[in-house]
Amino acid sequence: MWGCVRPSKLKTGLAALLICGAAAAGARAESASARPPAPMPPARVVSINLCTDQLALMLAAPGQLVSVSKLSHDPDSSSMAEAAQAYPTNGSGAEEAYLLAPDLVLAGTFTAPATVDMLRTLGIRVEQFAPANALADVPARLRQMGAALGREAEAEAMIRAFESDLAVLSRTPARRPRAALYYVNSYTVGDRTLAGDILRAGGFANVAAEAGLSRGGTLALEQLILLDPEVIIEGRDYPGQSRAEDVLHHPALRALTGARVAGTLTDRDWICGTPKVLSAVRKMRDLRLSLEAGE
Amino acid sequence: MRLAIALILLVATLFVISLVVGVAAVPPGQALSALLSDDGTPVAVVMRDIRLPRAILAALIGAALGMSGAAMQGYLRNPLAEPGLIGVSGAAALGAVLSIQLGLNLLFPLALPLASLAMAVLAVLLILLLAGPRGSSITLILAGIAISALTGALTSLVLNLSPNPFAAADIVFWMMGSLADRSFLHVALAAPFILIGGLLMLSLARGLDALTLGEDAAAAMGINLRGLRLRLVLGVAAAVGAATAVAGAIGFVGLVVPHLLRRAVGARPSALLWASALGGAAMVLAADIAVRLILPDRDLKLGVLMALVGAPLFLHLIFRTRKEMS
Repeated sequence: MWGCVRPSKLKTGLAALLICGAAAAGARAESASARPPAPMPPARVVSINLCTDQLALMLAAPGQLVSVSKLSHDPDSSSMAEAAQAYPTNGSGAEEAYLLAPDLVLAGTFTAPATVDMLRTLGIRVEQFAPANALADVPARLRQMGAALGREAEAEAMIRAFESDLAVLSRTPARRPRAALYYVNSYTVGDRTLAGDILRAGGFANVAAEAGLSRGGTLALEQLILLDPEVIIEGRDYPGQSRAEDVLHHPALRALTGARVAGTLTDRDWICGTPKVLSAVRKMRDLRLSLEAGE
Repeated sequence: MRLAIALILLVATLFVISLVVGVAAVPPGQALSALLSDDGTPVAVVMRDIRLPRAILAALIGAALGMSGAAMQGYLRNPLAEPGLIGVSGAAALGAVLSIQLGLNLLFPLALPLASLAMAVLAVLLILLLAGPRGSSITLILAGIAISALTGALTSLVLNLSPNPFAAADIVFWMMGSLADRSFLHVALAAPFILIGGLLMLSLARGLDALTLGEDAAAAMGINLRGLRLRLVLGVAAAVGAATAVAGAIGFVGLVVPHLLRRAVGARPSALLWASALGGAAMVLAADIAVRLILPDRDLKLGVLMALVGAPLFLHLIFRTRKEMS
């Protein structure tokens, strides 16, 4: 056990903590650039981001992952809420994460910089993961997580399975039906997003591109109707009500004769670039096949 | 009479402009002919299901707010009495938010306007209680500030407690008001209450005229002051409550419109009622056209525009009231 515990952890409570921690962090930054051969895999890993939670849940060795973020337990946000139930949660703050005495903290690149800086100052290694904007980002994130956890072999196996499954699911169809993804507050997404890529892999053409949107943006209800997509795929409602969601119930969406509202793509399907997105791709493909069968 | 014709023409013109203005560019001729065709083509759906209910709601809500302002000002004999400023709209918004967050409107859709109406009744009663029969400016405005602050805070609290991640962002809508993406469902919810409220307020006409001579004189002329007050409370609450329940709290309409029209109707409260209804309809239609022209894709809130016009006027009125008092 001693071998895996870093010396900086013993300094907890010392007045010199901050200074020593900073020095330790600096030293580690140097050694990281020098790439030492096969470092010990981290033994206590704390994840403070919904997406790193899921990647870690898939790849961590038994006992390696200590805590996941609160959102992971929420079935509306997390596609692995059930698996996450076995782990205690944290509120993604530096204080909580530090008190768990981790030797690796997993965070997103959009995690509050103050949190990440604080943890690094305290001498804890923080590995940050960028959000996925395309299906092609999924293997990269898996590889990064595998390297961070010292589970490279497992990661490579998962990447191979992901790529072969994706190749089967996303065979180019004879004709791509024109579809729109429509979310709360009239939000839609274009091709250069994970959700847009899922739609494309499922065999649809995204009408957001016709409206000049390649990433995300608002598409007024009027514009959506005039684009006249064949399918409108809705972002599913959250519990409770809000005025922002009213647009998903607008009668105009059902009044178009050429279009139909079919299928949903829930937020948890596309927030995180994990192999779980394959189930969303499959859902989109099944939707397309059922539409073609109905025609 | 000439004023009535002019106002009706103005409302009709703005109504048509409201129909042909939108985020998506549709040639006006094609747009208007699509109104008459129920063929499910995209243009017909945009015109019939999105723009038509929006224009109808703008006119209805403007009329409700304009007339409510005129009625309250006539009764309190104070040009500062305006449903938005004195907290009636804020209270109505709180009622709407409560019914939505408690899920009452899912049980039966009328719960939404009814909850707004109930809260608006409370607010109007509180204002009348606090301001007294003569409605002195200071007490009126202080009571209004208190009610606005309280209802605004409670609305924010309720929305922040919601399990829905988007509810908190709705605070802006309920405080500022918007007509984006409303449908005929909302017209059906609001229109009956606005019509009933409007009729109740129109029935005040003779009483309000008599009140300009003072309460004793009005009572001597056979005006039932208690009945008058009851009809005022219910009329204002029904109109403002229903308008707010579907469009959020849109302020200053009931302040600006009666102020602009008061001289044209010879300062008669009875004539100001219908004139303010038409003027309010024109004002909200114009504001709703403007929000779509200024920032087409951002859903600029109506209240922002109304406050830009209304707040300076409000300050001017306060300044004048102060001069009269000294």
